[in-house]
Amino acid sequence: MSGFGTLLYKELLRFWKVAFQTVAAPVLTTLLYLLIFSHVMQGQARVYDAVPYSAFLVPGLVMMAVLQNAFANSSSSLIQSKITGNIIFVLLPPLSYWDFFAAYVLASVVRGMVVGVGVLLVSLGFVGLSFEHPLWIIAFAVAGSAILGTMGLIAGIWAEKFDQVAAFQGFVIMPLTFLSGVFYSIHSLPAFWQGLSHFNPFFYMIDGFRYGFFGVSDINPVLSLGIAGASLLLLTAVTLALLKRGYKLRH
Amino acid sequence: MTPAIQIRQVHKRFGAVQALAGIDLEVAPGEFFGLLGPNGAGKTTLINILAGLARADSGSVRVMGHDVIADYRESRRALGVVPQELVFDPFFSVRETLRFQSGYFGLRQNDAWIDEVMRHLDLTGKADANMRSLSGGMKRRVLVAQALVHKPPVIVLDEPTAGVDVELRQGLWEFVRGLNREGHTIVLTTHYLEEAEALCARIAMLKQGRIVALDTTNNLINRHDGLYLKLRIVGAALPAALAARVRDSHDPVHTLRLRSYAEVEGVLAQVREAGAQIEELELLQPDLEDVFVQIMNREERGEMREAALPPSSRLGPPGSRKR
Repeated sequence: MSGFGTLLYKELLRFWKVAFQTVAAPVLTTLLYLLIFSHVMQGQARVYDAVPYSAFLVPGLVMMAVLQNAFANSSSSLIQSKITGNIIFVLLPPLSYWDFFAAYVLASVVRGMVVGVGVLLVSLGFVGLSFEHPLWIIAFAVAGSAILGTMGLIAGIWAEKFDQVAAFQGFVIMPLTFLSGVFYSIHSLPAFWQGLSHFNPFFYMIDGFRYGFFGVSDINPVLSLGIAGASLLLLTAVTLALLKRGYKLRH
Repeated sequence: MTPAIQIRQVHKRFGAVQALAGIDLEVAPGEFFGLLGPNGAGKTTLINILAGLARADSGSVRVMGHDVIADYRESRRALGVVPQELVFDPFFSVRETLRFQSGYFGLRQNDAWIDEVMRHLDLTGKADANMRSLSGGMKRRVLVAQALVHKPPVIVLDEPTAGVDVELRQGLWEFVRGLNREGHTIVLTTHYLEEAEALCARIAMLKQGRIVALDTTNNLINRHDGLYLKLRIVGAALPAALAARVRDSHDPVHTLRLRSYAEVEGVLAQVREAGAQIEELELLQPDLEDVFVQIMNREERGEMREAALPPSSRLGPPGSRKR
């Protein structure tokens, strides 16, 4: 196996060995969100004309689980390796910074997908869903998990302690996720907040992902995918530059 | 012949601390080379630069002719490093750890060699045990095995025997000696000077980021001026005039420093004049530890002369001064 292939396999095995914590737990958490929110909100909101709230909610929750787990995978793997010191096992071999980047981000994408599929399957037991454009669903899930996997890599490279990763998650990832329309359509917001949401890249990921299910969305999905793609390219460029310099990894 | 390791004018600074202040060093293929020095002398920094874990501010470093920056793939393939810290990945077993390490170097089908390395290091019985369940000594062996999975021609061991029991230490040295006989270049750092003396054919001593001695182990020991006279005396105490010569004293046995054989007679006469009788007498040749202490002290005295300079010019890395 190539160096890249080995690192990818190692990263996959790392979360799979503790799948109860890395897959089953987030599926359960998301299911609780679904049950509680759909119970409280049912009958109060009908987001698009034909879509009941609980159905509207499911893609948002699935995408939220995909994004959070993609971020958690690369960030926690890297910070654990840095703190325990076993990061040297991947710094000593002749792995290029591209190998390093691709292996960590791909493993994050896979973790995001596995959790996302898990949440989706369990949700189908409670809520009926349509799948209008499956390819758009997959495209947004891949783009979103790659973006968050890359952000996790940046957080893991930058952080020196676990609580710094937690802060990154709490003050950057969570607000961007919760204010992106997971639980609501931004059309229900006052004009100011609606305008502000357009500056949140997570909004486009979730809106486009939802389009794949219902065939309706706030924004044209082509534009949303373009914005997600541009965000991914920008973050990739930043991460590769950090890795090439050896920022906080090679002193 | 291409040197196994070639270090030229390497400088490295961490903030206000000059960790390496112009290191020049060559190690020939097949050498068993020792890198000695007090804590904070720069040994680990130098090894980290060699391994690509740190980057030099200036200067160049090559492993088997490959620059560690420009040609990092080749230089890292040529190098196996046993790190000082006892690090491990708690998610995996011994065999998984070694397979991954092998895979990172792009090696396929390496199981035969992995099995052989495990057998040599007595790890076979623990092959499928999780890393977390191993004792410190076993973890250390896994680190050695990890450094060898890609059969590197140059092997660096950074204090591999710190906190390791006698049996494992002996076994480890036997194994490393065997690797050296097979042609591997070995670079060793250790705090156990008798180990360095027994194993290393050539030694560099570092202090505050500089090489303060570099020679064959034999030459270093011969270079030491002086020898030791060990006496067991009865009938009277050791005369006060000899107190300055004492290296260690466990009444009635005293070990005295001499500059040369010519001083033996004078010292014995002083002891007799004090009314003491000599029951036992032994002349001791200096060992590497004596040489090490002498060289480090000489550097210390050098510092004393610089004491007239403003304090900022005397700052050294932390921990390198005697307190």
